[in-house]
Amino acid sequence: MGALGPNEWAAIFLSLRVALVAVICALPFAISVAYLLARKQFFGRQLLNVAVHLPLVMPPVVTGYLLLVVFGSQGPVGRALEQVLGLSLAFRWTGAALAAAIMAFPLMVRAIRLGLEAIDPGLEDAAATLGASRWRVFGTVTLPLALPSILAGVVLGFAKALGEFGATITFVAAIPGQTQTIPSAIYGLLQVPNSGPAVVSLVTVSIILAMGALLLSEWLAQRMARKVGR
Amino acid sequence: MLEIAVQKRMEDFDLDVMFEAPDGVTAVFGKSGSGKTTLVNAIAGLTRPDAGRIAVHGQVLFDHAARINIPVAKRRVGYVFQDARLFPHMSVQRNLSYGGDHDAARIIDMLGLGALLDRRPAGLSGGERQRVALGRALMCDPQILLMDEPLAALDAARKAEILPYIARLRDETRVPIIYVSHDVSEVARLATTVVVLDAGRVAVAGPVGQVLSRPDLVPLLGTRAAGAVIETRVAGRLLDDDLTELKFSGGRLLMPGHLGALGQALRLRIPAQDVILSREAPKGISALNVLPVTITDIVSGRGPGTAVGLRAGDDQLLARVTRRSAGRMELAVGMQIFAIIKATAVGPKDIGS
Repeated sequence: MGALGPNEWAAIFLSLRVALVAVICALPFAISVAYLLARKQFFGRQLLNVAVHLPLVMPPVVTGYLLLVVFGSQGPVGRALEQVLGLSLAFRWTGAALAAAIMAFPLMVRAIRLGLEAIDPGLEDAAATLGASRWRVFGTVTLPLALPSILAGVVLGFAKALGEFGATITFVAAIPGQTQTIPSAIYGLLQVPNSGPAVVSLVTVSIILAMGALLLSEWLAQRMARKVGR
Repeated sequence: MLEIAVQKRMEDFDLDVMFEAPDGVTAVFGKSGSGKTTLVNAIAGLTRPDAGRIAVHGQVLFDHAARINIPVAKRRVGYVFQDARLFPHMSVQRNLSYGGDHDAARIIDMLGLGALLDRRPAGLSGGERQRVALGRALMCDPQILLMDEPLAALDAARKAEILPYIARLRDETRVPIIYVSHDVSEVARLATTVVVLDAGRVAVAGPVGQVLSRPDLVPLLGTRAAGAVIETRVAGRLLDDDLTELKFSGGRLLMPGHLGALGQALRLRIPAQDVILSREAPKGISALNVLPVTITDIVSGRGPGTAVGLRAGDDQLLARVTRRSAGRMELAVGMQIFAIIKATAVGPKDIGS
């Protein structure tokens, strides 16, 4: 990996940080939304379903533009966040994490929802007859049984967040060391002559990261499947 | 004591039932789709009735008029589902103690669960699963026990393995048990009271011996299900012939096998289609049991069969013969005749304690 300069290393660590933060922050919301969609009938359910899936079908650049409008320093939410929490998103790595989270969200919700739908609601009924509160039922029955699918959602989301390009570059540009993730670094290098070795190294790192995530999730899934007894 | 009045609009019929279940086992009997599970779910709080009132030992669980609806988790009902519903990601031990550990040692001992505690549900047989499910329901110290066809998924051998446990439960605890079943031999063995549901209504309710031997209920119960249930006592044992002598108010019966200790109470179901009628005391036949009886009822249905209610001592028996035979024999209410019961007609599944 001799072709990796400080800029490339910065891009790798930034990508990992952005993807991790994005997935960790999105996970509670993804589980909640998946649970609502899988188990509850309510007004506006279809609307929620569509809204969650929009980033999956919209051009990423459009998502990035909308993020800029809403969360940018002039956007309503962006300004409020900056004033109240001192949290600035535009052209910062936090903004890259938000873009990655939004793009990964539909994939996470889909995977988790599938897992929740596969759980027999009868088990939750049984837990309730044994005196368990709704929260205890969720924590001791629903969540542990959904764990393999939650894990699948996390890995999918992580991979998506690592590879996110369009929305990220539109929302937070590609400032080296700040918002330049692996994909935007590769894209940037391709615009410059004689950067072949660096591109190959970054591409190799991408592939290794993706494969590592998959292998880790497979290994964890097998361990959990044994624990769940299936 | 459980008081139930439940109304609920369903897709294909309306459930509208009202009855009282005394302590002991109350069997809710009926064809599939008659509303049994909905009724039990309403007691558990898993289904909300449109109207009615449910109370256990005087404590109100649901009262539409008073706007009371205690949540499932606070009702303290033990519910044993047909499919056990053990938590697959927990050991037997953790399943058992999920709802509490009331009287744990005794329950584990009574249900023979000691050797299973470290196992996972996936590794258990169907019968073991139901025993764990029963133990789990009991360990949350329920004030009522609901069992929805707990044995329906099991074969005869597994059923025979669990029925004695349920009988012990009935005799050793004061918890009222609602036992849903469509298997009359289970009902006959366990139940104190029977409630027969038909298309969402209570067709008949009463003590098991009276309900199952009523000739007019044969069409509702089904011809195979109809049959008297009598309480007997072991009076002796014929070692050479491997027969047990049972005594009841209407006489003595010889049944094959070793059925229990001397003096032990045994409950016997005598299927209506296995009772033969004769106007004279029969001679030279192979059947061992001939009882003098009086005809109390004759009910002809739409089919070729006729149900004949018989009184033997203080007990009620039921026979099913063809209408043609009934006519030829000139059977009439009040007539004194003989009922012949083949000893081998009463199978082991018809004998309970």
